[in-house]
Amino acid sequence: MEVKLVNLTKCFSKKEGDVVAVDHLNFSIPSGKLVGLLGPSGCGKSTTLYMIAGLHRPTEGEIYFGSNEVSKFPPEKRGIGLVFQNYALYPHLTVQQNIMFPLENMKVEKKEALRRAQEMADLVGIGDLMARTPGQLSGGQQQRVAIARALVKMPEVLLLDEPLSNLDARLRLQTREEIKRIQKETGITTIFVTHDQEEAMSISDEIVVMNFGVVQQIGKPQEVYNEPANMFVAKFLGTPPINIIPAKVENGKIMMYKTEFNEKYDLNFADGTNLNIGVRPEYIKVDPKGKYKVYVEMVEYIGRDKTLIFKFDGQEKTCKAIIPSEVEVEPGTEINIDFKRCFIFDEEGKRLV
Amino acid sequence: MENQEVKKPSFLARIGNFFKTIGRKISERAAKKAGSSNKTQMLEWKKDGWKAAICLAPALLILAVFTFYPIVNTFLVSFFPSYNYLDDNFGYFAFDSYAQVLQDSTFWRAMGNTALMVIVSVPLSIIIALVITVLLNSIKKLQGFFQIIFFLPYVTNGIAFGLVFATIFSPMDYGLVNTILNAFGIDSVSWTGTARNIPYWAGIFVITVNAIWNGLAFKILVFLSGIQGIDKQYYQAAQVDATPKLRVFTRITVPLLSPMILYITITSMMGAFKSYSSVVSLFGESMGNGQNETFITAVGYIYKYFNKVTDGLPWLLSRASAAAVILFLFILVITLFQMWANKKKVHY
Repeated sequence: MEVKLVNLTKCFSKKEGDVVAVDHLNFSIPSGKLVGLLGPSGCGKSTTLYMIAGLHRPTEGEIYFGSNEVSKFPPEKRGIGLVFQNYALYPHLTVQQNIMFPLENMKVEKKEALRRAQEMADLVGIGDLMARTPGQLSGGQQQRVAIARALVKMPEVLLLDEPLSNLDARLRLQTREEIKRIQKETGITTIFVTHDQEEAMSISDEIVVMNFGVVQQIGKPQEVYNEPANMFVAKFLGTPPINIIPAKVENGKIMMYKTEFNEKYDLNFADGTNLNIGVRPEYIKVDPKGKYKVYVEMVEYIGRDKTLIFKFDGQEKTCKAIIPSEVEVEPGTEINIDFKRCFIFDEEGKRLV
Repeated sequence: MENQEVKKPSFLARIGNFFKTIGRKISERAAKKAGSSNKTQMLEWKKDGWKAAICLAPALLILAVFTFYPIVNTFLVSFFPSYNYLDDNFGYFAFDSYAQVLQDSTFWRAMGNTALMVIVSVPLSIIIALVITVLLNSIKKLQGFFQIIFFLPYVTNGIAFGLVFATIFSPMDYGLVNTILNAFGIDSVSWTGTARNIPYWAGIFVITVNAIWNGLAFKILVFLSGIQGIDKQYYQAAQVDATPKLRVFTRITVPLLSPMILYITITSMMGAFKSYSSVVSLFGESMGNGQNETFITAVGYIYKYFNKVTDGLPWLLSRASAAAVILFLFILVITLFQMWANKKKVHY
């Protein structure tokens, strides 16, 4: 089912004044897709999810499931499955009772409920743990029980609130593949909240990047990465993060400290304009004939590649570049580099080129 | 050979070791100034142990004199029917006191009344407290106001409490309940007092209402703190799954509150077993219907023989002790049964 948000707004009233957590959100999620809501903590992504779930009442705006306007409906009437950050499994019930809980509310016959619970448990790979209680399960297993419980009532929309944040690194990798597989198998429209850009990139069909309650960019993971709409998106995606080099227009030339920015661009800037040049670490190559002379501070070996930590002439902060490990670079020397690609942002972070 | 010697050192060797240890401790104490090793920490701990013992001594002394000694003595006295507490003469050993108590119809009436309080008023008060707690927790406006109202009995002076109760259930026509009954054309009922015409059901009703009201505030206090400790997400999850309110209560709230419920059940059952003063305050020292002792409780029975110097026997302390021991056994068995039964039902 398609999920559409129109002008969705949420304000929380506090003593020191209203806080706008979500500000006029407009986007739609195509049926059967897995969409990641990505943003730093406090950006309103969980609030958005809870509004879709019905646990928060929107201050303004509408939510459509298909053609139905559901924002006035209580959560139980929306036909959603919700997986909480801490899973919220009932600690006194067994895995089987936990998964069957929603079915009992729907007055599904006991036999049928048992069958469906087993089917769902098998789908998420915990079919042999039905008699245990949540306390006897590992984090990853609990997470799957929570997904099974959310899926067993065949919801139209599945909502996941940072479901992987309580898992260790290895389990997180495994579980996110698992979520992707389950979503593909069931074809349920899924919305997934995370602050981990890598997680969002690897799992989602589409990413919605949010900050300060405002959508920054929507698109396929690779699109958002390659063509960031603004400096926030560019900075938020990618590890190591993008290098942002402050620059200033002087005598018609863009100067990065004392180095001239020497790429093709179709814009004219007035003298004195402040700009930001964004270059991803992997867009930098070492070339003896390169346009930019930089000073190498340090070289780190990270297996397949190496990280080059360098400065432009006159720069305080360092920049990072990822280069193939066979390229020989000595720390403490000056080398020439080139940009394979770069972005130009204005002072406020709006993308110009 | 050497091994054996280590295992079983001779007496002299042990004395030698003892002095060696003392010597080491003294040297360690001297070395303590330089720095603290593991052993000196142990030493400090032992020193603290002594400090702890000194600090505990006053409490232990008072407990020993006023709790442990009387408990042991009660057991002893119950087996010596002619025990005289003035000259501490135990007399002969026999089970006479137990036989007398068990054959006494007043004792069984006392046990019956007590059992009624345990079986009726305890579950009722727990259920009422639970329901009030859930309702109290679910309202948003005026929650603090209602909390205060329900906690007031807990901090109210017992005499003021009793006076209010006496006015409500006064046997006279001006009593609150009787006024209401009269308004509906029903004759006044003798609810309380020392008169001889109190119906059994009326007395038991008043005792039950009194017990429920009395214990409600504390129960609500405990349940409310428990309920506020339950993760809100369980309720949100239940809401998303369209769980009816009653099922949320029975399947989520009650199981997650079960440790509190167990605690309250055990303590209030013990309280009900010990009920005495409330009955005396309602029906006087004779505990109902003149000298008929209609509403006598187990503890009331014990008190009666504790003070009595009639029946041809000068000292009936032994009989009171025997009744106390029997009551103790009842409480013990029921508490053990509860602990056992709840092991499967309580989720920590």
